[in-house]
Amino acid sequence: MKHTLAVEVENTPGVLARVAGLFSRRGFNIDSLAVGRTDNPAVSRMTIVVEGDDRYLEQLNKQLHKLVDVIKISDITRDAYVDRELVLIKVSADAARRAEIMQLVDIFRARIVDVGPKTLTIEVTGNDGKITAFEESLRPFGIKELVRTGKIAMLRGFKAGSKNINNKEEEES
Amino acid sequence: MGAVKLSGAEILLKSIEAEEVDTIFGYPGGMALPIYDALYDSGIRHILGRHEQGVAHAADGYARATGKPGVCLATSGPGATNLVTGIANAFMDSVPMVAITGQVTRSSLGRDSFQEADITGITMPIVKHSYLVKNPDELAQIVKEAFYIATTGRPGPVLIDVPSDISLSRIEYRQPGEISLPGYKPAPDVEPKQIEEAAGAIACSKRPLIYAGGGVVISGAHNELLKLAEMLAAPVTCTLMGLGGFPGTHPLFLGMLGMHGTKFANFAVCECDLLIAVGARFDNRVTGKLETFAPKAKVIHIDIDPAEIGKNIRVDIPIVGDVKKVLGQLLAVLKPNLEDAWRQKIQAWKKEYPLKYCDSGNIKPQYVIQEIYNLTEGNARITTEVGQHQMWTAQYYTFNKPRSFITSGGLGTMGFGLPAAIGVQVGCPDEVVFDIAGDGSIQMNIQELCTAVNYELPINVAILNNGYLGLVRQWQEMFYNRRYSHSELINPDFVKLAEAYGAVGIRVTKKEEVVPALKRAIKSKKPVMIDFIVDREDNVLPIVPPGESLDKMLG
Repeated sequence: MKHTLAVEVENTPGVLARVAGLFSRRGFNIDSLAVGRTDNPAVSRMTIVVEGDDRYLEQLNKQLHKLVDVIKISDITRDAYVDRELVLIKVSADAARRAEIMQLVDIFRARIVDVGPKTLTIEVTGNDGKITAFEESLRPFGIKELVRTGKIAMLRGFKAGSKNINNKEEEES
Repeated sequence: MGAVKLSGAEILLKSIEAEEVDTIFGYPGGMALPIYDALYDSGIRHILGRHEQGVAHAADGYARATGKPGVCLATSGPGATNLVTGIANAFMDSVPMVAITGQVTRSSLGRDSFQEADITGITMPIVKHSYLVKNPDELAQIVKEAFYIATTGRPGPVLIDVPSDISLSRIEYRQPGEISLPGYKPAPDVEPKQIEEAAGAIACSKRPLIYAGGGVVISGAHNELLKLAEMLAAPVTCTLMGLGGFPGTHPLFLGMLGMHGTKFANFAVCECDLLIAVGARFDNRVTGKLETFAPKAKVIHIDIDPAEIGKNIRVDIPIVGDVKKVLGQLLAVLKPNLEDAWRQKIQAWKKEYPLKYCDSGNIKPQYVIQEIYNLTEGNARITTEVGQHQMWTAQYYTFNKPRSFITSGGLGTMGFGLPAAIGVQVGCPDEVVFDIAGDGSIQMNIQELCTAVNYELPINVAILNNGYLGLVRQWQEMFYNRRYSHSELINPDFVKLAEAYGAVGIRVTKKEEVVPALKRAIKSKKPVMIDFIVDREDNVLPIVPPGESLDKMLG
């Protein structure tokens, strides 16, 4: 199954190389990885999505912990968390089809961030399901370019909860 | 105010001295010159090697023999890359080492400057941690952290890459602060629940076996291990790295296990109902086929590194912590459990399947090793290269004391033994040091003989010369239809070579000359290289074929 790891690391040069290098030499596959600094400029937060069974995850977790720059690892997969991904999509849009595309943008609560003579560039955030659905809806129009940030995630403010609440929040956003 | 200004290089050396380091091993070069200039006035003893790989192995040998961190120093580019094998070797065998490399100036970094190599990048998978110094103000703190990381928890090598303009810059020296590494927890607390569970499993066990690794030696837990074994009357088998961690002459000792282990050790693994792994990591040379390893046993695994637990095999009772501390806590709650039937079975195996070799008219390598043991009364420090001679040493030299056997286990580095012997002799000046070598391995760092002569280090090199890369030849004989592809060696005249370096060279071609030659070497107080012309096609036996179960031993 897919696991979402929230990894706090020292914001030092080379820390990304250390983490990425560990994944490759121990044979762990990264599904996605997003990294940026936290409210504390000395600390960065990585959200890493990996696929594997519990034993695989345990070993990955322990190996990551051996890196001196890794401060804290939380496997938040089974906890209640909020996750988001931001995607930019440039889609072919001649005058005749623009209205149709803008309708889709409305339905998915996406935003048009750039308008070209023959294209529209759309920003959409959400979880994997929503983004995939949106991508599929746009495909018939002709996707020229697509870029995803990778998922970022955060535990909810309360402990008890279930994945259902995640999904509910998703629909509202 | 009015603090003294020091150069970066001076601060580097001052910080190293603050870690109670009195000896370093190194080789100068352009980008390390500011450090070498400061070394000229420093109280630190510097041993000049002849190749950076030798320098790294010498620091490694020094660290293994003394338990203190080994420090090596090299210049940028090729100097740094030549350290790489030595760093990897220290990493695989958990040796505390601090490697310092010169680097091109900060402004030249990333421009493919002369003798520039991204050594922090190159060594990333083989260091415990590394630093590229970007600011001279950080230097003192970095050195303090580096030694702390190298020597605590599971020890390992730490690299500090110092651009030459950092070494040259003059700044006010400030004492380093407290170490703050929120991501580094070297010594986890032992969970009392795990100790209880282990004690429970031990109490129920009818056929316990202790499998001890290098962690026993590193943690200094040999006395605790002895107590544990005697309290339970449990047989003890050691890994290559664990040899010396338990007295080789003890009746409970089974010798080494695994690929070239004794039959009785491997039978004990197959038959035991409880395997107590102490500071060992279930290497594939130990386990053979994983699926059939210790098939009847519950497994207790004691290790300081949580990542070793469950890495290769399923563990029933993990105990994470320093081996010495864990064994101490375990001993406090254990009750004697002397199971006689198991001990008798083991003794019967020992009688039935002893280690043996057939005497021929020629010199047997095993015999030479036994005589080194006899003549030094087991008190020598032994290093080895890698190959048949190494395995025979593990089998036929009876190691009784920790840190008496210094060998490249994990990485299996040919060329380790000679420079390591130099490091050992520097660390233990009054002891007899032997490098037991093969004619192939010895040529990989033979230039270090000059270092031994240079510093009047009376090491003894015993070459077991069979004119082959012996272990390669053995595998070709056993697994490749005797197709001896590129394993036969044309060798130099080792006696002349020794003499050319200024050492004593002795050639031994007859069995009766073995003991006199060894006596002469031990007495000489000079570096000596003895070329023992041994039986050419002897094999290391028993052998578990690669990937087979431990009970499928041949020989």
